[in-house]
Amino acid sequence: MKITVRVWRQKNAESKGEMVTYGLEDVSEHMSFLEMLDVLNEQLTLAGDEPVAFDSDCREGICGTCGVVINGIPHGPEVTTTCQLHMRTFHDGDVIDIEPWRAGAFPVVKDLVVDRGAFDRIIQAGGYITAPTGSAPEANNIAVPKEDADHAFEAATCIGCGACVAACPNGSAMLFTAAKITHLGLLPQGQPERDSRVLGMVEQMDFEGFGGCTNIGECTAACPKGIPLDVISHLYRDMRNALTKA
Amino acid sequence: MTRLPAQRSTVALKFLMAVTGLIMVGYLLLHMYGNLKVFAGQEALDDYSHHLRTLGQPYLPFGGALWIIRVLLLASIIGHAYAAVMLWRRNRKAAGFVGGKRYHSPRGSRGIQRSYASFTLRWGGVVILLFVIYHLLHLTGNQIHPGGASDSPYERLVNGFEIWWVVLSYTIALLAVGLHLWHGVWSALTTLGANHSGTRVGSRLTPLSWIVAGVITIGFLIPPWAILLGIVD
Repeated sequence: MKITVRVWRQKNAESKGEMVTYGLEDVSEHMSFLEMLDVLNEQLTLAGDEPVAFDSDCREGICGTCGVVINGIPHGPEVTTTCQLHMRTFHDGDVIDIEPWRAGAFPVVKDLVVDRGAFDRIIQAGGYITAPTGSAPEANNIAVPKEDADHAFEAATCIGCGACVAACPNGSAMLFTAAKITHLGLLPQGQPERDSRVLGMVEQMDFEGFGGCTNIGECTAACPKGIPLDVISHLYRDMRNALTKA
Repeated sequence: MTRLPAQRSTVALKFLMAVTGLIMVGYLLLHMYGNLKVFAGQEALDDYSHHLRTLGQPYLPFGGALWIIRVLLLASIIGHAYAAVMLWRRNRKAAGFVGGKRYHSPRGSRGIQRSYASFTLRWGGVVILLFVIYHLLHLTGNQIHPGGASDSPYERLVNGFEIWWVVLSYTIALLAVGLHLWHGVWSALTTLGANHSGTRVGSRLTPLSWIVAGVITIGFLIPPWAILLGIVD
C-alpha cells in the first residue's frame, strides 16, 4: 500500500521542530508500525537525509521503550504498543501523523525520542520494597488473597511507556504512579513502605512537573496494557491515610 | 524549584477541591428544596425565608445560622477556585504545549473517551462564578431587580422570572451547573477514594453523578419556568 506520513522532525532539544511530509510507495500491511518507520529511514538514508530518530527495543510489546503519538492518539488507534500496531490497521492512501509524546516533563531529545527519565526518578522516590538478600524465600510462606494477587498483577503489567502522560490533557502521571503504588501496596511485602511510598512518589511526580489528575480516564483508554482506572483511587486512599497519620 | 511536601501536592489540592465541591453540592440540594416552596404559595416561601434567619434562636442571633452557612460557602468557593487556578496553570504547562497546541494532528483533539462535561469543567466553573455574583445581586441583595424590587422573596422571584431573558440567563447558568456536576461529582468522589471500578463507565459513581446533576438542574429550573409559563403567579 501507498501511504503518506507527516513526521515531527526536531534536530535536538533546543531547536524548534516541525512536521515534515514523506511519501512511502510500497508498505506491506503485515509490517509493524516501527518496521514502516525502518523502511522510511532506509529511504531517507539512501537519499542522503537524516533518518527519523525513534525509540524501540523488544518490539514485542513488553518493554515500554517505543511509543509515538499516531494521528493524535498515543500508540495509535488500537489498544497496543506502537511496535505491535500493524499497518493493516491503516488503508492505502492514508496520511498518518506521527509525533512524540508531548509533556512538560518529557522533553524532546530528537525527532520522536523524548526523555522519560522523570519516570525513573518517580520509581526511585518510592517504587520499591525492602527485600532481604540471600536465597529466595519459600514462595508460599506468605499467603496473598487471590483477588489482591490478581489486582496487584494487573497493576504490575504497566510497562512505563508514558502513553498515559501523552494522552492526559493535563500531562499528569497519575496512572503510572498509581499503578506502581497499587501493585506494591496490595501485597504484604509492600506494607512497611506503604505510607512513605505514596508521599515520596507523589512529591517527586509534582517536582518533575507533571500535571494534576482530573479523573477523566483518558489515560486508561490510551494505555496499551489496560491499567484500570481504580488504581488512581487506590493512590488517593493511600495518600489520605498517609497524610492523616503524618 | 524545590520538592514540595505532600501536604502541598497536586493530590492535596485535589482533596481541597473535592471537599469544597461536595459542601457546595450539599448546599445546592438545600437551596433547591427551599425554592420548590414557591409551589406552596407566597406565605410558605416567605415564612421559610424568615425561618432561615431565626434558625438556631435563641442560641444564635437573628440571621446567625445563615451567616455561618455563608461564611462556610465563601470559604468553599475560595478554596475551590484557588485549587482550580493552581492546578489549571500547572496542567497547561505540564501538557507541553508547542505554539498554542499540543499535537499537530487534529484527529485526536477530542480525546478518546473524555466527556463533554469534562471539557467544559474549567470555563464552566468561571461561568458559574459570574452567574452566582449576578444571582446574589438579583435575588439576595435585590440591587438588580428586573420586573421590580420587593421585600418579599416570593415577589422578587415572580417579578424576575416573568421576564423571558431572566429565565433564559438562569437556564443557561443551570445547564452549566449540570455539566459541572456531571463530571464534578464523579471526580470529587473518586478523588476521595470512592471509586472501585476499572473503567469510567463501569463505576457506580457515574450514574450517581448523573442523578445528582439531573436532580439539581431540573429542581432549580422548575420554579423559574413555572413562573414564566404562568403556573405560579
